[in-house]
Amino acid sequence: MARPLPPGVSQRNFSDALRQFEAAIGKEWVFSSDEDVDLYRDAYSPFWHEDEERIPSAAVAPDSVEQVQQVVRIASKYKIPLWTISTGKNLGYGGSAPNVTGSVVLDLKRMNRILEVNEKNHYALVEPGVSYFDLYRHIQEKGLKVWIDPPDPGWGSLVGNALERGGGYTPMRDHFDAHCGMEVVLASGDVVRTGMGALPNAKTWQQYKYGFGPYVDGIFSQSNFGVVTKMGFWLYPQPEAYFSGTVMVPKHDDIHALVETLAQLLNSGIVQGTTSVLNTASFGPPDPELARIRVGSSTTDLERYMAQKGLGYWTVDLPFYGPAKVVAAQWEHAKEKFSTIPGAQFRDGASYRFPLSPADLDKIPNPVPLGVPSLTTFAIGGPFSQGHMWFSPIIPMTGDAVIEATRVFEQVYKDLGNPTGALPGLPIWSFFARAFVIIYFFPVEHDIEKNRRNREIFRQLVKVAAQHGWGEYRTHTAFMDDIASAYTFNNRALWRLHETLKDALDPDGILAPGKNGVWPKRLRKANA
Amino acid sequence: MKEKTVLFVLIALALGAWPAAAQTPAPNAAPQVYDKWCTPCHGSGEGKPGTISAAALYKGSKPAVLAERTDLTPTGIRTVVRTGMFVMPRFRKTEVSDTELDAIIAYLTRNASPK
Repeated sequence: MARPLPPGVSQRNFSDALRQFEAAIGKEWVFSSDEDVDLYRDAYSPFWHEDEERIPSAAVAPDSVEQVQQVVRIASKYKIPLWTISTGKNLGYGGSAPNVTGSVVLDLKRMNRILEVNEKNHYALVEPGVSYFDLYRHIQEKGLKVWIDPPDPGWGSLVGNALERGGGYTPMRDHFDAHCGMEVVLASGDVVRTGMGALPNAKTWQQYKYGFGPYVDGIFSQSNFGVVTKMGFWLYPQPEAYFSGTVMVPKHDDIHALVETLAQLLNSGIVQGTTSVLNTASFGPPDPELARIRVGSSTTDLERYMAQKGLGYWTVDLPFYGPAKVVAAQWEHAKEKFSTIPGAQFRDGASYRFPLSPADLDKIPNPVPLGVPSLTTFAIGGPFSQGHMWFSPIIPMTGDAVIEATRVFEQVYKDLGNPTGALPGLPIWSFFARAFVIIYFFPVEHDIEKNRRNREIFRQLVKVAAQHGWGEYRTHTAFMDDIASAYTFNNRALWRLHETLKDALDPDGILAPGKNGVWPKRLRKANA
Repeated sequence: MKEKTVLFVLIALALGAWPAAAQTPAPNAAPQVYDKWCTPCHGSGEGKPGTISAAALYKGSKPAVLAERTDLTPTGIRTVVRTGMFVMPRFRKTEVSDTELDAIIAYLTRNASPK
């Protein structure tokens, strides 16, 4: 296919810009051949084989903050959109591909320096190209007693994941919340350090988040207001022990007391890691009797079936981290609280003392909740999966919301004539404090019709969610405008504020146009 | 998401497709670039999606652990790394350079059977 040009940029100007990029960062780090640029296409594109796929015009890979500044200044001069990636592994959300066809990908993978890991105050300072695997290996090699908090895929960037507001499993599971201090290159080419980093010779850049004056870090997350070139993260002191306990309750209506108790434990800090609530019948080996009950019978029949199998109607997994004695006491306390639900059952799960030997670690199918990066999650779609994306609404942490959201989203599937799909059955997670997130799996295939169908279902789910007051925590580039367009309080006041900031910080609109539904002035009309 | 993995492993076991342990030690150690980029998915042990996928695909007719294969070709390896396969994405040159890809190819073809 013909390589696209950046929107509104002539071939001559584009060629001039590429030459200037080469002069700034070195010829070998400016990619403009089809062979090289195709590597930046979205491996899980929901537009596979379709013209709507967003493809880049070129890619540039600077190695330093100074080179990023030069790239940004050249892009400004020619009004070339830049799409920044850290490690480019935002798979399921657009991967390394831009939101606007013809953008130049600003690939920060070469900026992969681990600048500091502090074992006494438990923090790290890293560049965007550092992956969870990289930082984990560094910590292991040095024998440091700190944990990172990886998300499910371990090859992603700490900076990228935190800026996308991703989540993990340990007590540091909210990755944006766990960051402390940033360095950002603005569209003007200026470099800003946030928080205490604004003090020359700052001694607490990674220890005190807020600095003095307005706290601006949030505007650089899920946004297009700057290029983050360094970021600090708080690490978790290696705990003595981990223990996982399971709670099962027998009745459908027990969900209310179950979630109320769970919220009490999470919000009190008794449980500090990510929990999952699941409808037990949705898991386990295929069973014709169960399938029959689920389609045609009552809730009571299902409760009876689950009881016969010795299982609960609802299951909650609780992780505990800390000193062994404290962990045991927390589990005892949790059991005491959940015991007020008649028929509640408890099972002891995995129990570990740290550090684990490599041989012990190798036996654990999914070590991510133990702060160990992995790629196990990529097995989720089965052995021949071609990719996936996620519909991930945030709902209240209440039993009512679990029941209502499950019913409403299943109805969307049924209304669209797809009563099975991948929708039912995934657990409801507490990746973030105070609310649940449901993460629905959508397969991506190399099949135009199937992808169109899935996009239609996805868009309808977004719409119906918004009607119920639920919004998604993150999304694929294909759906950013769909989600942003639902945020209409007071005539889109929040998005008008974003646009005011965008116009002030990036008047030429070169940084990631349309990211999370924030468009620069010159491209706004067509997309608003 | 753990549960899905467990279920998947059970299916692999039921199909008799689970990879056998390495029969012979590798004569050459894997280059660092292989350990960094390939082993997390294609190594031995639990929860390696590439190994699970190969086990399902080849049903025992070929080793599921990539480094145990003797039938891989330079062209085949290059194509998969640069275009992807199933859930495996393409790898950019800022991740795996052409020189590093050559090292991966040399390692994976070290025991290639003569054609």
